[in-house]
Amino acid sequence: MKLSQPDRRGYFGNYGGRYVPETVLPALDELDRAYRAMRKDRAFRRELGGLLRDTVGRPTPLTRVLRFPDGKGKTAIPRSAKTRRRGRTETRMYLKREDLCHTGAHKINNTIGQVLLARRMGKRRVIAETGAGQHGVATATACALFGLKCTVYMGSEDVRRQAMNVYRMQLLGAEVVPVESGTRTLKDAINEAMRDWVTRIRDTYYCIGSVVGPHPYPLMVRDFQSVIGLEVKQQILKEEGRLPDLLVACVGGGSNAMGLFHPFLDTDVPMVGVEAGGRGRQPGRHGATLCHGQPGVLHGALSYLLQDAKGQVLATHSVSAGLDYPGVGPEHAFLKDSGRIRYTSVPDEAALEAFHRLSEMEGILPALESSHALAYALRVCGKSPGSVLVVNLSGRGDKDLDIAGGRL
Amino acid sequence: MTLSEKWAELRRRNEAGLVAYLMAGHPTLEKSFENMRTLAENGADFIEIGLPFSDPIADGPVIQEASNIGLANGADLDTVLAAARSMNGRVPLILMSYLNPLHRRGVNRVCRELKAAGFEGLIIPDLPADEAGQWSAACRKAGPDLIFLAAPTSPPDRLAKIAAASSGFVYCVSLTGTTGSRSAVAAGAEAFLRRMRGRTDKPLAVGFGVSTPEHVKRFSRLADGVIVGSRIVRAAAEGEDIAALVRSLKNATRHGARPKIRVRRGGPR
Ligand SMILES: Cc1ncc(COP(=O)(O)O)c(C=O)c1O
Repeated sequence: MKLSQPDRRGYFGNYGGRYVPETVLPALDELDRAYRAMRKDRAFRRELGGLLRDTVGRPTPLTRVLRFPDGKGKTAIPRSAKTRRRGRTETRMYLKREDLCHTGAHKINNTIGQVLLARRMGKRRVIAETGAGQHGVATATACALFGLKCTVYMGSEDVRRQAMNVYRMQLLGAEVVPVESGTRTLKDAINEAMRDWVTRIRDTYYCIGSVVGPHPYPLMVRDFQSVIGLEVKQQILKEEGRLPDLLVACVGGGSNAMGLFHPFLDTDVPMVGVEAGGRGRQPGRHGATLCHGQPGVLHGALSYLLQDAKGQVLATHSVSAGLDYPGVGPEHAFLKDSGRIRYTSVPDEAALEAFHRLSEMEGILPALESSHALAYALRVCGKSPGSVLVVNLSGRGDKDLDIAGGRL
Repeated sequence: MTLSEKWAELRRRNEAGLVAYLMAGHPTLEKSFENMRTLAENGADFIEIGLPFSDPIADGPVIQEASNIGLANGADLDTVLAAARSMNGRVPLILMSYLNPLHRRGVNRVCRELKAAGFEGLIIPDLPADEAGQWSAACRKAGPDLIFLAAPTSPPDRLAKIAAASSGFVYCVSLTGTTGSRSAVAAGAEAFLRRMRGRTDKPLAVGFGVSTPEHVKRFSRLADGVIVGSRIVRAAAEGEDIAALVRSLKNATRHGARPKIRVRRGGPR
């Protein structure tokens, strides 16, 4: 099976493509050409590498956590001694610290790359959608850095529950447009960003925040995020002298997961993507697209989709705005069908528990999105003693304090 | 009557064709199908029925709102097929639907069902010619004409490809943007139509932003047909006299209808 995808038309197996209005297609062709040229351009790669190091703060650490998997609240003993004593019997859990990226999430790995590209393409105006606000903040940051005009679409429900990030974007000089249509969340923010893009297609660059949308976005965003997995590979080999036994990441659109997983696809390391289980399995109560969806077309790509029997897109629910989305990147759809990656879900409650536990036991406030991956890791750790597990801590939880504290 | 038979008739009458759009289930199920008959009886040459969709990314606020209302009122593929059957072929019907509801039904099945119910044309705004292989094949075999959209941003090679893939007519989008009334015709719309004219013998219909008899008159000189959407949907929403509106739009297609611009037909310039 060929795992290096997509093909020239943007298909990962049967999934992907470019299902967009004709007006947008020439812009996608232009983007595809520009991106392919850029991929080969040494100077560009050097500039991106420099920015990732000096502005984003890469490489991010890979932190071994001891008390979190244990949960007994024991006083931590010095790490080296503890490692020596219990190393062979307990699950060895590492967190990839994307929460320590500038602006607090993995999203900036992608926006720095795309905004550099936008500048190269001569675009003066950048638009983006955002759910949790992390992608919006990261786009606004990159635009501030390069002096580009930035407009961010955000569902009004998300504006309410991620208010701090709205204020951050505004401080960074971006215009935030609340979206009142549909379910007033990420899905509708993407709809509105696409409507803006068809209207101002000639001078506007659309900076998509996940491995979703029409080709070449799923490819491009995955490439920019792959720095996560590439670093993990080196770091874990240094720490453990071998590859991990399991990789875990949360899946909204799927960018932090693709970023971690992609460099490991050609190994036999098992991987699990964790979706939003929300409040239950019934339609409208979760955001677990790969677990409960069927193939369909939304936002420019054929992928799994939460939809009803008539092909109408379903409302979703998750305590975390970044996972509250009925679609998912086409490469994940392909990897699910091929069996290479397993997808599961974790309910709101378990994610909230993991949020509190990591905060109390490790002094790290995780994003609620990432807390889904942490909750799954807790579920499986201890089941295979001595195994090495890496969890992508895709972002920090400062934006979620009001939700976690029950104030929203 | 097929789309091409209708175009032939319009050519004999020396008029441009009026494609009148309405949203199924808006403002109510009954009213939308009553409006369909009213449009047919008062001069619409083609009727384009919109199937409501949860995520209409190509549409502006007026049609978005109508789509929500249509969905809430329970309009779906089955109600639209039934309404089409009830028209008994009075005017050629065209379905406009986003891809997913059709995809969910299954490409071969839905093409057969549409044709059997009397649909002569199908417009899928998020299905560009590049991705349409299966759909073109199914429509050619047993379905309605599959109509593609051409945009002012499409470069020459794409225009040629779209013209070749399109059957029934080519839907020329007059502006870069979503559907919705505009006060003025977009700059560049006429140049775009001329570019398209130079590349195909197939009928051209212009849509997006066409809302007044003035616009209709202007485009009737350049294209074979005009498509009026949001203006009619707004009239339906506000309980305006739809019959009078469509009569005034149709009248504007008769004035100087013969396209004055007859650019050399055939291959790219
Ligand atoms: C911290 C964090 N993790 C994960 C996600 C989910 O996106 P993706 O699945 O693309 O990584 C988001 C989205 O907003 C986020 O902010």
